[in-house]
Amino acid sequence: MEPALLSPAAYKFFHIPTALFALLIPLAGTAAFAYIMKRRIDPLLKAAPDNRFDQPLARIWRVLKIWLAQWRQPRYMMAGVIHIFIFAGFLVLSIRSTSLVFMGFWEEFTFPGFGGTFGHIYNVFKDFAATWVLIACVIAAIRRGIFRPERYAVPARYGKDHTGEAVFVLALISTLMISESLFEASLAAAQIQQLQTAEFVAPGTLAWLFRNMLLDAPIAKLQSMHITAYFIHDLTFFFFLCFLPLGKHFHVITSLFNVFFMRLERGNIKPVRHGVTDEQLDDLESFGVKKFEDFTWKHMLDFYTCADCGRCSDNCPANAVKRPLSPRFISIKGRDYMFANFPLGGKDVVKDKDYQLIGDIYHPDEIWSCTTCGACEQECPLGIEYIDKIVDLRRGMVDEGNVPQSLQKPLRALEKRGNPWGKMEKKRGAWVKEIAEDAPVKLIEKGESADVLYFVDSISSYDDRMQGIAQATARILAKAGIDFGVLGKLEKDSGNEVRRFGEEMLFQDLKAQNTDAILEAGVKRIVTADPHAYNALRKDYDNLPPVDHISQVICQEVEAGRLSLTAANGDGKVYTYHDPCYLGRHNQIYEDPRRVLDAIPGLSRVEMSRSRDRSFCCGGGGLMLFYEPEEEQRMGVLRVEMAAKAGANVIVTACPFCLVNIEDAIKVAGLEGRMEAIDLSELVVQHLAA
Amino acid sequence: MEILVCVKRVPDTSENEIELNGAGNDIDRDDLVYSVNEWDNYAVEEALQIVDKVGGGVTVISVGDDESEEVLRREMAMGADKGILLSDDAFEETDGRGIAAVLKAAVDKGNYDLILTGAQADDGAAQVGGMLAAMMDVPFASLVNTIEVDGDKLKIGREIEGGNQEMHEISMPCVLSIQTGINEPRYVGIRGIRKVASVEIPTMGAADLGVDAAAVAARVKRADYFLPDLGEGAEILEGDTDEIIEKLIELLKAKGGLK
Repeated sequence: MEPALLSPAAYKFFHIPTALFALLIPLAGTAAFAYIMKRRIDPLLKAAPDNRFDQPLARIWRVLKIWLAQWRQPRYMMAGVIHIFIFAGFLVLSIRSTSLVFMGFWEEFTFPGFGGTFGHIYNVFKDFAATWVLIACVIAAIRRGIFRPERYAVPARYGKDHTGEAVFVLALISTLMISESLFEASLAAAQIQQLQTAEFVAPGTLAWLFRNMLLDAPIAKLQSMHITAYFIHDLTFFFFLCFLPLGKHFHVITSLFNVFFMRLERGNIKPVRHGVTDEQLDDLESFGVKKFEDFTWKHMLDFYTCADCGRCSDNCPANAVKRPLSPRFISIKGRDYMFANFPLGGKDVVKDKDYQLIGDIYHPDEIWSCTTCGACEQECPLGIEYIDKIVDLRRGMVDEGNVPQSLQKPLRALEKRGNPWGKMEKKRGAWVKEIAEDAPVKLIEKGESADVLYFVDSISSYDDRMQGIAQATARILAKAGIDFGVLGKLEKDSGNEVRRFGEEMLFQDLKAQNTDAILEAGVKRIVTADPHAYNALRKDYDNLPPVDHISQVICQEVEAGRLSLTAANGDGKVYTYHDPCYLGRHNQIYEDPRRVLDAIPGLSRVEMSRSRDRSFCCGGGGLMLFYEPEEEQRMGVLRVEMAAKAGANVIVTACPFCLVNIEDAIKVAGLEGRMEAIDLSELVVQHLAA
Repeated sequence: MEILVCVKRVPDTSENEIELNGAGNDIDRDDLVYSVNEWDNYAVEEALQIVDKVGGGVTVISVGDDESEEVLRREMAMGADKGILLSDDAFEETDGRGIAAVLKAAVDKGNYDLILTGAQADDGAAQVGGMLAAMMDVPFASLVNTIEVDGDKLKIGREIEGGNQEMHEISMPCVLSIQTGINEPRYVGIRGIRKVASVEIPTMGAADLGVDAAAVAARVKRADYFLPDLGEGAEILEGDTDEIIEKLIELLKAKGGLK
């Protein structure tokens, strides 16, 4: 039987077999793509090492969840759902598009397994996929081009708007969908006209619509449409493939790898250089990122992978208060640098030896503005990381002596006295005297020993107001009958922010002193009420006894019946819990503090719209208290306003830095008397049954 | 340009609680931490910036005991090329003139175009720079807050009481005493200090310098040291910050300063 239409493999165009074009287009397209990819990979080969091949199962799990299942997409419902449809359509249609390429010169081609019944089922499915992808593209184009959500805007200082590229790519995708459907529909229409068995076209699909429109078309017209649609598809396919690595749509190719190699742990900081132990740090020539090649290859891959969706910056508290930091542009500036300095045509640009990224594409205030709250990384659907890059850039600045004066003083005090205020070591344990009668605290500096170490850290040891948290913590531990002590003058700052502000060697010093003191004390367990200390002891220290945050201890003790809490009935207050970044996002402790609050009978509690892993940073802890940022308002003020909007009049938190920032913000916002802040431990002490 | 910067190790007033010792003749030094005198640190930064622009070398020098080596090292970690420690029992109890005489002897051993000192030290009397210039018989300017190199001359700015600024031209060699705020000193991390930990710092005593112990002996001696008694009309408010603020507001209201 004669075929209804000649296929591109059999057709002749002015006596030239079109199969020849169908062979040449993929050859040229693949060669161009291979060359482009080689140039894109070149800088990664010059990058710093990064150990990303560990824990393959955990990595595959990330790929299945975050890449394949698009887990983080629906956090932005509208954009997320549109993306899921396009992504799923791409997965389905990649098989069809690839086999079409082969069919151009090899008429009978099918992928193994796609020849029989499964092939027919797949065909129906891919017709639906092409249809929903086209609809999704139209909606996305309207959204991007007409409604223009604010988070895609590009401030003038960061260059030009990216809407054009986005809409152009949507048009390319639509072209692929339409040409594929026309190719199929023209054949089906011809088969029906010639009363042959036509491939089933599912009703309601794009191919079905086209086929019905073409049922009366002359065969010659259908034939030329069939061939034209094929080559439009073929050319668009290879043009699109080569266009992807030239802009933000590179993520179509890199996302799978970026998610596989993404950060597995939270709250930790990368070593100064992978493969160099802490003991070997002194031998390193240079610290941190100063020139581009100091970034690790994964961090460069991040730059390529950024899809410019703006979710990081939309959640960034520094960006919200108009500090000069927008994480999205950390990536985009990095990518622009790579495109400009590793050009597709021509040689890599060689920078002179004094060249520094800081002052060129990045700026000191931009890099110091980050509170390391982690909201950006939590949100990124592609597993791009920012904290390690910021810390590496800070390490570079510290190494060059480029540190703001406001931070130099506390750093020097930390070096000399072990706390950022330069207070006397011997006064570190002074807060215990006030509660000596009702909650005696053992002082390990005096040679006493205990089962549990309460690691106080600097702010709760020295700050008049925050000593209240230390005292409340001690009262709770005493009430629960836990045998505990504090290190007193043997304790130094945990160094959580010292490390995150890039002063690695000072951190190593503090860590060594604390580690010695803790191991010497012979305790079995550590408790702290400061999430920054909690994070540092767990993530940055090694070989310590297990560490708990006081909220976990309270939760256990209350639920085991060893602590009982009196009712809050009739206090007329509405409480809301503010998740500290270093307790929540970095350590995933969201439930324990809430369970403690709910264990206070009659306590009325509401949630802020930004809570748990979307909590909004209060302004940052540790050295961030000393930094003087350029900003239009305080993060804390925004946070207090969020609490007010949720209908709360008491903000409960579980971190001394949050308490400092929020109490200040209540005053700045003029909400004194209408809003109050309290630490979870202080609230629990108020409700300890006699 | 060869620049010599004179630096001093002092108790860090911002990181100490200064109290008198039991005998009442000095401060209690048991729990003190020391650092480089703040003004001197600005002077070193300025020297480094000048050398960055016009080339040359920076030497830091200190009169003090062995422990002063620590501040020399910190300034070398900032970028100074050389350090010299002037140490001798004879220098220990001396006064500003004695220090200046010791420094003068050391300056004569080198060949410096410019000598910088801090405007004053936390525990000093702001006299060494001027005396050193006089002994060397070279021009001197104090409280300098800008320096611009112009051939073998310098254009310098000085801060005048009341917020005014005065500009001068001064020929080298000369001595300048540097005011804080002239620049933003760079940060010195632990890593920087470790890098210069094993650099040799030459120590010179009275004999090396050819200085006669008697000639540098103090002519001004400390007779007493105490916290002044509360004067008439002075009142120190006590309590925590909130209480102090409350009392202050009450006082201001009572005296008609606040309505």
